[in-house]
Amino acid sequence: MKKRIANWGNYPVVESNEETFSFPDQLNQLLDEQTAFIPRGNGRCYGDASLAPRTISTLKYNKILSFDISTGIFECQSGLTLDQILEVIVPKGWFLPVTPGTKFITVGGAVASDVHGKNHHIDGSFSNHILEMDIVLDSKASITCSPQSNQDLFEATCGGMGLTGVITKVKFKLKKIETSFIRQKQTKAANLEQLIQLFDAHQHFTYSVAWIDCLKKGAHFGRSILMLGEHAHLTDLNERQRRNPLQLPRRKQINFPFNLPSWVLNETTVKAFNYLFYAKNFKKEINTVVSYEPFFYPLDAILHWNRGYGKKGFVQYQFVLPLEAKQGLIEILSRISDKGLGSFLAVLKVFGKQESIISFPKEGYTLALDFPVKPGLLEFLDELDQIVLHCGGRLYMSKDARMKPEVLQSGYPDLGKFKDIVRKYNPEGRIHSLQSDRLFLTSN
Amino acid sequence: MSTVLILGATSDIGMALAKKFASQKFDVQLAARRPELLEPLQSDISIRYGITSTLHAFDALKYGEHASFFNSLSPCPDVTVSVFGILDEEDLAFDDWFVAERMINTNYSGAVSILNQVARSYISRQRGTIIGISSVAGDRGRASKLIYASSKAGFTAYLAGLRNKCFKENVHVMTVQPGFVYTKMTENLSLPRPITSTPEEVAGIIYKAYQKKKNVVYVKWFWRYIMLIIKNIPEFQFKKMKL
Ligand SMILES: Cc1cc2nc3c(=O)[nH]c(=O)nc-3n(C[C@H](O)[C@H](O)[C@H](O)COP(=O)(O)OP(=O)(O)OC[C@H]3O[C@@H](n4cnc5c(N)ncnc54)[C@H](O)[C@@H]3O)c2cc1C
Ligand SMILES: NC(=O)c1ccc[n+]([C@@H]2O[C@H](COP(=O)([O-])OP(=O)(O)OC[C@H]3O[C@@H](n4cnc5c(N)ncnc54)[C@H](OP(=O)(O)O)[C@@H]3O)[C@@H](O)[C@H]2O)c1
Repeated sequence: MKKRIANWGNYPVVESNEETFSFPDQLNQLLDEQTAFIPRGNGRCYGDASLAPRTISTLKYNKILSFDISTGIFECQSGLTLDQILEVIVPKGWFLPVTPGTKFITVGGAVASDVHGKNHHIDGSFSNHILEMDIVLDSKASITCSPQSNQDLFEATCGGMGLTGVITKVKFKLKKIETSFIRQKQTKAANLEQLIQLFDAHQHFTYSVAWIDCLKKGAHFGRSILMLGEHAHLTDLNERQRRNPLQLPRRKQINFPFNLPSWVLNETTVKAFNYLFYAKNFKKEINTVVSYEPFFYPLDAILHWNRGYGKKGFVQYQFVLPLEAKQGLIEILSRISDKGLGSFLAVLKVFGKQESIISFPKEGYTLALDFPVKPGLLEFLDELDQIVLHCGGRLYMSKDARMKPEVLQSGYPDLGKFKDIVRKYNPEGRIHSLQSDRLFLTSN
Repeated sequence: MSTVLILGATSDIGMALAKKFASQKFDVQLAARRPELLEPLQSDISIRYGITSTLHAFDALKYGEHASFFNSLSPCPDVTVSVFGILDEEDLAFDDWFVAERMINTNYSGAVSILNQVARSYISRQRGTIIGISSVAGDRGRASKLIYASSKAGFTAYLAGLRNKCFKENVHVMTVQPGFVYTKMTENLSLPRPITSTPEEVAGIIYKAYQKKKNVVYVKWFWRYIMLIIKNIPEFQFKKMKL
């Protein structure tokens, strides 16, 4: 059915013929048409990665195929969303090995972006936990691949933004938990220097992430809160929590019903937001035991919070810089604060080492910021790109709607290898998106 | 534990119903022409809800096999839902008897054949519920749905008669009248969003109505009034309209 679709940033919005399938033969029929397309999950990437004039949605291909409660091996079709998986596995004492900051993404999307969580420095990205998966190529051939077999297809599909084929089935290993609660520690940092020291001092924590007030200037430049977490043991719980240690969080979702005009997110409101945020954390350090929901998915409580950025939408800018490039981090943050273009959130995480050809994570600091779409923004982001590249960093394709092909090229040294594998499995080049047309010049 | 039988379980509404009943701890018997397609759904609802689900081959057009199909089910289901149905190109059906006949034989004859079987069994046991998914299209015949609407009209009338026949036998028959639903059947139509439901919504409404032992349920409720208006347009006027 033809409709206007956009991803999470509401930018860009395009007309697309979105088709669905419930069974393998229906997918084959869609491929028989031999018309260009891109696979699409839940549209939670921010930019144009899962947009094209024709999209094949996996959302109806969403069944759980097996779940071994003793080993934690889980297998499902690719359109299943993480929130549905949590409902099944948490009460049985298992958790996702890696989860992004929203649970409303599909497993196919988790693989295609090779998503990372707050535990990258300990557990790596999603692909580290995949045992095997099936990919249906444009030729309709279904190929099983894993780190051991059809390795090239496996490597180019993890983080490959859907360009190798439709991921249909994924088998991966879950993480054992004793309770569904998180032992959380929140500590404040007065500035960026302190924050980085705090990160170093707390390396052993499984989960860590910092929220930075990137509009503060002067002495308070880079003031932030570091949030650390561990899966709580039974002994960490209070009596009430212990009655049902593997309970699911109670649902309390508020819906953002309509697009607010963009001025709502002007600098003042961002400042107000940050102020409130800090007021809540009045002590230097807070230790609490909380449900996994607010710890991992604080924003999911407000469905469609992206509408708060108004009709014009927003872009998210996420990059990683090598550990030694702290100076670059400071430079980028100060440019943003000088420019006052406003960012609702600035999230800093540390990545551990990772070997992969096209996945985003590599050792270093990764920062993510939102920018409402405004005149002058794209030029400004081009300037930031130059700093990122100069520092030996790169940008996350899953958040991108605007980077230039040269920027991708310089950030990903194995890009040539990736393109070769894509060409091998998608020889007609029929699988392409607005993003790949822009970045890899795949349109033809 | 109760058991539900879903006839036409590969349909989008059928799959949503399977999930809904399973979430309410029903064991689920999934019946379809190609039951092997339903292995993923079978594992899905068993893992999610800890119920037992089985697969069964069933073809609405193979009338001769309906008795042995139903008698082979173990246990005999407490609830039977007939969901299968087809909507072919009406212009094609008008020109080609094969197409028209297939629509009539699936939506009407096939349903009557299997549900007679189910009803006889339920009457002899003096218990059971039959849920038939018909369509608001059956409420009044019209040009653009010539064969489909008349096959559904027949099915609706059959369900009303069956309800009457079974009442004193402690067997309940519920008629479901969906309006527009986003499914494979309607994928290529552009449906008006405010009055179109998702299969999950339809399943939720059917389950509630089942619990309340409703006789006729429109999905969603306002379709009852939309159809009331349509039914009340005088024929001399109706025949001139483009519907
Ligand atoms: C609030 C929020 C927080 C986030 N936090 C994080 C985070 O912490 N870490 C992180 O890594 N990401 C994060 N993301 C990004 C998100 O996890 C990824 O963009 C993810 O890929 C979205 O999955 P999706 O199912 O919505 O897929 P879509 O957005 O629809 O598609 C994303 C990409 O996956 C491809 N794809 C989807 N399904 C398939 C398939 N079956 N086969 C082949 N290709 C497929 C598409 O072609 C596209 O290239 C966040 C997003 C939001 C909105
Ligand atoms: N969608 C709507 O807007 C709408 C509105 C009103 C009423 N309805 C009714 O709702 C019911 C479900 O429809 P849906 O929209 O969910 O459609 P659907 O997804 O297209 O499903 C139709 C189903 O009928 C099955 N079927 C066809 N011929 C059969 C046969 N000979 N034997 C057994 N099964 C057969 C198909 O099975 P295969 O997989 O084997 O092909 C398929 O599962 C239908 O009765 C339909 O008339 C739908």
